[in-house]
Amino acid sequence: MPPTETGQVPAIEFRDVKKRFGDHTVLKGLNFTVQPGERVTLIGPSGSGKTTILRLIMTLESLTDGYIDVHGKPLTHEERGGKRVALPGKQVRATTKRIGMVFQHFNLFPNMTVIENLIEAPMHVLGLNKAEATTKARGLLEKVGLSDKESEHPSRLSGGQQQRVAIARALAMDPDILLLDEVTSALDPELVDDVLQVLRDIAQETDITMLIVTHEMQFARDVSQRVMMFDEGVILEEGHPDDIFTNPSQERTRKFLSAVLD
Amino acid sequence: MGDKLTTLVDFVPNLWDGLLVTLQLTLGGAVGTVVLAVLLGLGMLAPTGWVSIPCRMIVEFFRGTSLLVQLFWFFYVLPIVLDVDLGPLACGILALALNYGAYSAEVVRSSIVHVPRGQWEGAMALSLSPGRRMFRVIFPQAWALMIPSLATLQIQLLKGTAVASFITLQDLNERVGVLRQATGDTMFSYTVGLLVYFVIAWLIQVGMDALERNAKKRLGRGDGRAGLIARLVGRTDAKAVTA
Amino acid sequence: MSWWNWQSAADALPLLLKGFGTTLVATLGGTAIAIVLGLLIAVLLRTLPTWIVWLPKLVVAFIRNTPLVVQLVFIYTLFSMNDTLIAISALTVGIVVIGIHYSTYMSESYRAGIDAVPQGQWEAISALSLPPVRSFRSIVLPQALRATVPSLGNYAVAMFKDTPFLMAIYVTELVRTAEQYGGRTFAYTEAFTLAGLIFLAASYPTSLLIRRLEKSLATY
Repeated sequence: MPPTETGQVPAIEFRDVKKRFGDHTVLKGLNFTVQPGERVTLIGPSGSGKTTILRLIMTLESLTDGYIDVHGKPLTHEERGGKRVALPGKQVRATTKRIGMVFQHFNLFPNMTVIENLIEAPMHVLGLNKAEATTKARGLLEKVGLSDKESEHPSRLSGGQQQRVAIARALAMDPDILLLDEVTSALDPELVDDVLQVLRDIAQETDITMLIVTHEMQFARDVSQRVMMFDEGVILEEGHPDDIFTNPSQERTRKFLSAVLD
Repeated sequence: MGDKLTTLVDFVPNLWDGLLVTLQLTLGGAVGTVVLAVLLGLGMLAPTGWVSIPCRMIVEFFRGTSLLVQLFWFFYVLPIVLDVDLGPLACGILALALNYGAYSAEVVRSSIVHVPRGQWEGAMALSLSPGRRMFRVIFPQAWALMIPSLATLQIQLLKGTAVASFITLQDLNERVGVLRQATGDTMFSYTVGLLVYFVIAWLIQVGMDALERNAKKRLGRGDGRAGLIARLVGRTDAKAVTA
Repeated sequence: MSWWNWQSAADALPLLLKGFGTTLVATLGGTAIAIVLGLLIAVLLRTLPTWIVWLPKLVVAFIRNTPLVVQLVFIYTLFSMNDTLIAISALTVGIVVIGIHYSTYMSESYRAGIDAVPQGQWEAISALSLPPVRSFRSIVLPQALRATVPSLGNYAVAMFKDTPFLMAIYVTELVRTAEQYGGRTFAYTEAFTLAGLIFLAASYPTSLLIRRLEKSLATY
């Protein structure tokens, strides 16, 4: 069961969120909350809308209807006099700058070196000076084990190294919330463990709220306190990973898990 | 042949003057082309129709009407309608810049659109402002994509300067005609003239190739060792879209 | 609008349309030459052995990278100043030169089209021991042409917009008609504005058509 201590403002709250692409409805009125510091893994077949949820929080997609609140503040829309009003871009970015995202395909900037990738946003979004940003970036590179690569171009790194840089880049923004979107799916199998180890360390050492979309079920089990099973845009069931993975209540979940765990 | 070479040597200062006019047109046109291409190319991508639609219309207009019509319009009609007489050189540069600028704007726009979506998303996930996103992340990558097509258009611009003689400018083309009258040898004079144009075109190509190599180096894609991104982007044989 | 006279515009229009007829003839003739010659060049460059292929490549690059206007005047003068050569009309010279000029561009379209035929097709041809020339004609070429059509169309439109260069050799096409009308009546505004609009009216819809064609072929 989700922890619902009263009085605590949720890190993320979805209120009746709907998302349509053309005439295809991906999310049909979704409600859930994530508490600060909680680690939640979203599972479900492809097309079930789990990635869309992360992308909505990162404002990479726009909501068709409903509201998302982050730390009690509206993310992209607020209700004013019974009407849904879009917030100005600057205000949206003020919220999103504390949300980090790591992508399946890393999305490092090829025109910048590794260190430049890491200091760009801290300098120009958080307003750090170059020395501060660089010190911090070097600390993060050390943490992900890539101190010797700071002046390399991303294209010279392996996929696993690129992904660890991308994780460091997201952490350089001091995020309260970290969104992990299938971060190991594009990696060669032998590179997956290094990346997952870095993420395990972060989960252990920090209290960053994490929303994770992954097919690595062992990792989900190790890191998360809650698993939500999605199917066709609704939460089919949710609970502690031990319960969901060993004893799911829904037949769909059981089928999905046996397909993934094979 | 000997006396023709003598005539040619005597004629070199004349050709040189013509060449200077051609180079002024080429250089002025090139600068104007790039400025317009970036402004209109970005303008066409503006989120509001108030900006994007007029930019699109300007581009389609100058792509759709012929260079020579535009040149004559600036030369003959502008003084009548607006009472501004720009003089032939400025008219030439203006027409060349607008015509090739319109083509180049489409190259700029399509290159920006072809930067992988993940790059936009990566920049958005870091909450970079729209301006920073464009000029620090997207444009430098689009730049590497657009150079080959821009090179083609710069050479077409050079070739386009040869219409300057229609509005009384004594450019290289016009001087070659004078050389032909002086020597009476069409084959000889025009071979010389075309060779000069060919060499300038070649220099433009060499310069643009160097720019492209530099742009790719900045993306960490040197020669030979093509990185992952290079394989993903896959250099399609970028030719100038001419229609 | 003291600078615009509807009467002058109305007077100019029939003359301009007549000039436009010549423009169309030049475009169609030039396109026909460029389409055929372009393919010949592309096949030639592909089949010649490496030790000699640089020569035609250089010639193609030379024609492509030097101004059409200069080439027109060059060839026209060559014929008109030399009595031993056959007498030939300026329009014919214009059509041939513009056709040759654009064939160097279209050969690139063909080359790209042939290159775009998947390697597997070539491999299948040799695996089946099909005769090379026939297979090229019946298997590779149709696939290549499909991808080439929009690009050829683009160059035809570009050529259309370059036909005013023919006025350099006194062909009375649309723009020269406008200039002559302007010189006679000083109605430059009406003449050149109408000329521009005629170009736009013809080239813009054609371009849209090609872009649509491009999109529908790209999804294949």
